[in-house]
Amino acid sequence: MVETRVIDGILGAYQNDAVNLLQILLKVQSVEPKNYVSEEVAMYVANHLDIPISRVYEVVTYFAALSHKPQGKHVIQICNTTVCQLNGFNEVLKWFKDALKINPGETTADGLFSMKLTPCIGACDISPAIKIGTNVYGNLTKEKVEEILSELRGAIS
Amino acid sequence: MKFITANFDQYDGKDIQAYIGLDGFSGLKKAIEMGPLATIEEVKESGLQGRGGAEYPTGRKIEQARIEKAERKFVICNADEGEPGTFKDRELIKKDIYQLIEGMIIVAYCANANEGVIYCREEYDWMHEHICTSILKCKEMGYLGINILDTGFSFEISLFSGAGSYVCGEGFAMCESMEGKSGRPRSKPPYVKQEGYLNYPTLVINVETLSAITAIMKFGTSNFTDLGTPDCPGTKVISISGKVNKPGVYEVPFGKTLEEIIALAEGVKGDKRIGFVQIGGASGGILPESALKTQFTYRELKSKQVSVGSGAIVVADEDDNILDYLENVGQFFIHESCGKCVPCREGNRQLEILLGKFKHKTATIDDVKMYKDILDMMSEASLCGSGRTEPVPFKTAFTYFEDAFALGGSHEIL
Repeated sequence: MVETRVIDGILGAYQNDAVNLLQILLKVQSVEPKNYVSEEVAMYVANHLDIPISRVYEVVTYFAALSHKPQGKHVIQICNTTVCQLNGFNEVLKWFKDALKINPGETTADGLFSMKLTPCIGACDISPAIKIGTNVYGNLTKEKVEEILSELRGAIS
Repeated sequence: MKFITANFDQYDGKDIQAYIGLDGFSGLKKAIEMGPLATIEEVKESGLQGRGGAEYPTGRKIEQARIEKAERKFVICNADEGEPGTFKDRELIKKDIYQLIEGMIIVAYCANANEGVIYCREEYDWMHEHICTSILKCKEMGYLGINILDTGFSFEISLFSGAGSYVCGEGFAMCESMEGKSGRPRSKPPYVKQEGYLNYPTLVINVETLSAITAIMKFGTSNFTDLGTPDCPGTKVISISGKVNKPGVYEVPFGKTLEEIIALAEGVKGDKRIGFVQIGGASGGILPESALKTQFTYRELKSKQVSVGSGAIVVADEDDNILDYLENVGQFFIHESCGKCVPCREGNRQLEILLGKFKHKTATIDDVKMYKDILDMMSEASLCGSGRTEPVPFKTAFTYFEDAFALGGSHEIL
């Protein structure tokens, strides 16, 4: 679990008020290296906000941006909605599957990448598009996908 | 044509002094000079309707918000732009956020609301810092905070991040998510405008609508209504994408034909013909190439069972399969349904099964009847606007692409 003082800091920034639960969870997840809200953290947050843990899980499991399962350091979100479907989503998915040897919803063995399908990310003008962290990549080609992956791999070592 | 997007590329979208240099905040000053009631009249006269897709008359909306009496009152800017094919709000935030903030201040001033929230979708997290910085700059300059421009009126804005839920673009679902709950719409009445966020009166208003209000106040209502057609004045910011050469955001006066608008994106890739277009987002109608002479106005589109919606136009070419496309739309709804009410949650699943049958040419006359019944049931009985409009693409596709829905088996079943 992330250090409790980090979570305390986030809770404090949101006045320890359960009304801010969604923002708190987004922030808590963002500081967790495995990009998720662990049971331990969920319990900690629930206790400190004085709400039942079921309420925390209701929110974590409802919203696509939150995860209750560990994810890779880089979560690759591949848009599979209308415009990207027209513009080559199937190929983009294949490129990533071939390169990472995982299916959507899975994480690579080294814990570096998770892949998931996501509805429209508002990048239809550069479709087919994906999002990794806060970066949006568009007009994808096989070469571009390889470039992105090697760049992210390089940034780690 | 630039009215709402007049400032695009005139400054970097970040420098508040540059915005002021472009006559920024003159719309707000004019609103203050005229007073709230006259400003509301001005917005009414402009004929502006909600640009997120609901198409509710904006002037009336602000007026209704003004009437509500409560300890606290909220103005929420709906920047949860989630309709597939729509990215115009993204550009309005990126390239001219001060126009948006100015619109929020004008609306809050008219509605007598002191608290504002920009509800921005999580997918636009790369713009969240830009939004917060811009809010702070407005505060430093005295356009936000206590006693704005010596009016005695105070207004603060904060940012709220969505978390990847399409339904949260709906007013009540949005309020629920802001209250730390899963984003599921509430039953109406009471309405959001009466008991919304934290059960206080809440005015939820789209990014483009707010931006348009600023532009209308700045350039004058008559300059807005001179554009477009008499029954559908003004301009609309449109997102064009799909199989076109130059996808992007274009501002067009109402009344242009769909063909003319698509021509702005420099035609279909690979010199192919247009197969079909979807207008207004995932829950928008689907039209064939033969309907592209239709004028882009609320009334003309309605006559074709289509609506302006978010102003998205997704273009597919002649080789794209309408049933594959519908299947994709359906999967999107299945993924995004909040699951609260049966018509949307189960209806979309049944549609998926039926579409599979049409695709494999095994559908019977009973399946066709079922397809229509489910669509009617969804439009009639869904709790929120999302569920009620989800049938539109399926209905319009059935109307305009009958051949794709051919029955299978022998003719005896007919």
